[in-house]
Amino acid sequence: MKSEYDVVVVGGGPAGSMAAWEVAKGGATVCMLEKDRDIGYPVRCGEAAGDSGLRQFVEIKKSWIAATITGAVLVSPNDTSVKVGFSKETGYILHRRIFDYDLSRYAANAGAEVYTKAYVKGLLKSDGKVTGVIMDHLGTEKEINAKIIIGADGLTSRIGRWGGLNTQIRMKDMESCVQYSVSNIDVDPNNMIMYVGNRFAPGGYLWVFPKGDKFANIGIGISGKYAKEKSAKEYLDEYMAREFPNAAILTTMCGGVPCAKPMLKPITDGLMLVGDAAHQVNPMTGGGIVSGMKGGWIAGQVAVNAIKAGDTSEKMLQSYPDRLRKDFGKNHERFYKIKEATFQLCDDDLNSIAESVLKIPYEKRTLTSVFKAAVFKKPSLIIDVLKVLSGV
Amino acid sequence: MIKIIENKCDFCGTCVSVCPVDCIEVREASIEIDHPVCIDCDLCVQICPILVLETVNEV
Repeated sequence: MKSEYDVVVVGGGPAGSMAAWEVAKGGATVCMLEKDRDIGYPVRCGEAAGDSGLRQFVEIKKSWIAATITGAVLVSPNDTSVKVGFSKETGYILHRRIFDYDLSRYAANAGAEVYTKAYVKGLLKSDGKVTGVIMDHLGTEKEINAKIIIGADGLTSRIGRWGGLNTQIRMKDMESCVQYSVSNIDVDPNNMIMYVGNRFAPGGYLWVFPKGDKFANIGIGISGKYAKEKSAKEYLDEYMAREFPNAAILTTMCGGVPCAKPMLKPITDGLMLVGDAAHQVNPMTGGGIVSGMKGGWIAGQVAVNAIKAGDTSEKMLQSYPDRLRKDFGKNHERFYKIKEATFQLCDDDLNSIAESVLKIPYEKRTLTSVFKAAVFKKPSLIIDVLKVLSGV
Repeated sequence: MIKIIENKCDFCGTCVSVCPVDCIEVREASIEIDHPVCIDCDLCVQICPILVLETVNEV
């Protein structure tokens, strides 16, 4: 490990690896620091991602895919199931452990240095400008200077806070999540199941994401607004006892998902945030793999340009949020509006929506038709629904 | 005062993300609260998915 790099990436998830990969490809020196002992583990994710999203960056490898998803079953609070086929998009439930590992290998093979058990505990600053990081690596304290720090340190993102950015998330926009990897259950291997409404998951949803042979990720996210009365784990355990009393729970994991509006300012002089750290998560689905990769990908390219120009000021880095906004910023805002509208629906409303959508024959039923029905009380949102779901 | 039931913690860091005063540090397998900085706002207790944190009366 050297004491100076052009770029230091903090965090070795998909956003961090994409950033490090792009920086290395651009010919700048970069190291990526992961606090855990492994890249890709522990997994804190439902592991769902869309085919077209992933294909923007990588060839999809068979070893990443636990299951191919061609449709969803939406379940309303009175157990009415609405099956919807995806018309254009194919989804995957990934093996994040293998997927993340491969992305970090792509970065490493392009020239990025990767270190694990490397915990960044502070930023170096000079005249108020970020100039590097202080870290513990395998028990030894080290300082690394860098022209640009990319914070890919997930929802805990202290890098952003230390750099003076406002990363805090309102309780109502923070999803409190628990997930079990479950075996010995009968699930349709090609359909994801999502349970909605206050009965199952207030301000969020409960998911069953199949991962092949009698195996699935079963998890829940509830809005922080409701977490005080009853925890995510209590909701999930009730569901498991009811639906899968004989299941074997092979892994228990928990975490939070920021389902907020896009972060207005993910940059400052010499610092950029990417992925969950920059709230690059679809606020309606909680999906953040592809959007985080996009954030890392753009940030990496912008970092290379800034280093080549010899100017790493906030003004120079501004093209990163500008490009983000052009890419998915508008959709991010639309999804947030739809989330706000649909999470306000009471269980009776959701039941009647489910019944009305069931009247549409299966062949004609689409996710767009479901969400059009869900925002029926807010006709102004129908345009948003059409725009964000047109490709699904 | 906020108390951590440490052997129950998964070190996911969800509490860190909602802390308004940045007084929680979560590493690979450790969690620490900087009590003099903590304002006992209780948000970390509320957001924890698996009830690792609790509010206790000061002793």
